[in-house]
Amino acid sequence: MFATASQTIGPFWHLIDDPAWFDLTRFGAEGERIAIEGRMTDGAAAGVTDAAIELFQTSPARSASFPGYGRTATGSDGTFRFVTIRPEPLSGPAGARGNALQAPHCGIAIFARGLLKPLFTRVYFAGEALNETDPILALIDPPSRRPTLIARQIAPARYHLDISLQGDAETVFLEF
Amino acid sequence: MMIDTTPFRALTPDTQPPYLAPEYRSTVLRSPRSAPVAIPQTITELTGPVFTAPQFPPTDNLALTDGREALGERIIVTGRVLDEDGKPVPHSMIEIWQANAAGRYAHPGDTHDAPLDPNFRGSGRVFTDQNGAYRFVTIKPGAYPWGNHHNAWRPNHIHVSLFGPGFATRLITQMYFPGDPLLDLDPIFLATPDADARNRLIAAFDIGVTEPGRALGYHFDIVLRGRHATPMEN
Ligand SMILES: [Fe+2]
Repeated sequence: MFATASQTIGPFWHLIDDPAWFDLTRFGAEGERIAIEGRMTDGAAAGVTDAAIELFQTSPARSASFPGYGRTATGSDGTFRFVTIRPEPLSGPAGARGNALQAPHCGIAIFARGLLKPLFTRVYFAGEALNETDPILALIDPPSRRPTLIARQIAPARYHLDISLQGDAETVFLEF
Repeated sequence: MMIDTTPFRALTPDTQPPYLAPEYRSTVLRSPRSAPVAIPQTITELTGPVFTAPQFPPTDNLALTDGREALGERIIVTGRVLDEDGKPVPHSMIEIWQANAAGRYAHPGDTHDAPLDPNFRGSGRVFTDQNGAYRFVTIKPGAYPWGNHHNAWRPNHIHVSLFGPGFATRLITQMYFPGDPLLDLDPIFLATPDADARNRLIAAFDIGVTEPGRALGYHFDIVLRGRHATPMEN
């Protein structure tokens, strides 16, 4: 059997949007709260205004008070915002690369009109020493593209990540 | 909690659409120009969100809103969610949304000049059972025009969102209806190169699912990525 073909989420997916899902702490999670904000743009540098962005993290561990998963809609200017708990370092991929620790990160999936299948990427956090040795970031060549996955800190506990679907500053997308 | 660290298999080429499909115009400025970077699956890709019915309450009858019946042809959609080895995907959340019988979404962005139905909101949520089976009741969505090209119409379809066991199994697709003449004209449907893969997006009419005097039945199985048979050495 083959996996079912992906199809676009389309422009009317907001019928399933629950605006509360941007906040992964809404069930009362404990830990350091951080905001992850940003703007998504297309190949003409215009804001992507109808996308769904999903955030998934395995640290802290999922519990009744922390789903580890959030989803939000990009706004009329392409901006988005999540509130979550800061992740901890994670074990790396098994095998020959020596089980190097992964720097704190969250997985990101992007769905939109014009995307026939999701785009996957990650968000890392500026200032984490482990970013230098992260086994996934290390796979991105040239290294000059690695910062497209690293959110910059704009205030205490506030991070900003721009996502460019196409163009000179195009975000590095991942396949796994 | 036990974590299955067996990686998911790669998707089979041509059974999935590409990012850039110029006939579907919105892909032109939204598809990356660089190929994605292949990475090994780590805990972030091997595990996924878990949804439970108490926190995410199911709504399995889209044809009924506050006790009032929606306009349109009532249908039952049922099937199983399986992995590529045919194993059921149990207790997994499915989100569904669709246009009403006239081909209009209850969405402020839908400007199609077709009537809204106050008794149809057009979204639902169900969970697979222990055998991977799911079922919901709705009305058959209408076809609707869109701006992709001159005289462009989307075939009748229901949007379906699935999560499965890992972030790597996340899938959003569309269920189509048999015999729809618009399928062969639809650049979204046609973007998947493999004809068999396209045809698996079309539900089957099923007289066994059909309920006498009440609703036509359709069967639609959905397959998520399977895992490698044994953990990879790499
Ligand atoms: Fe649609």
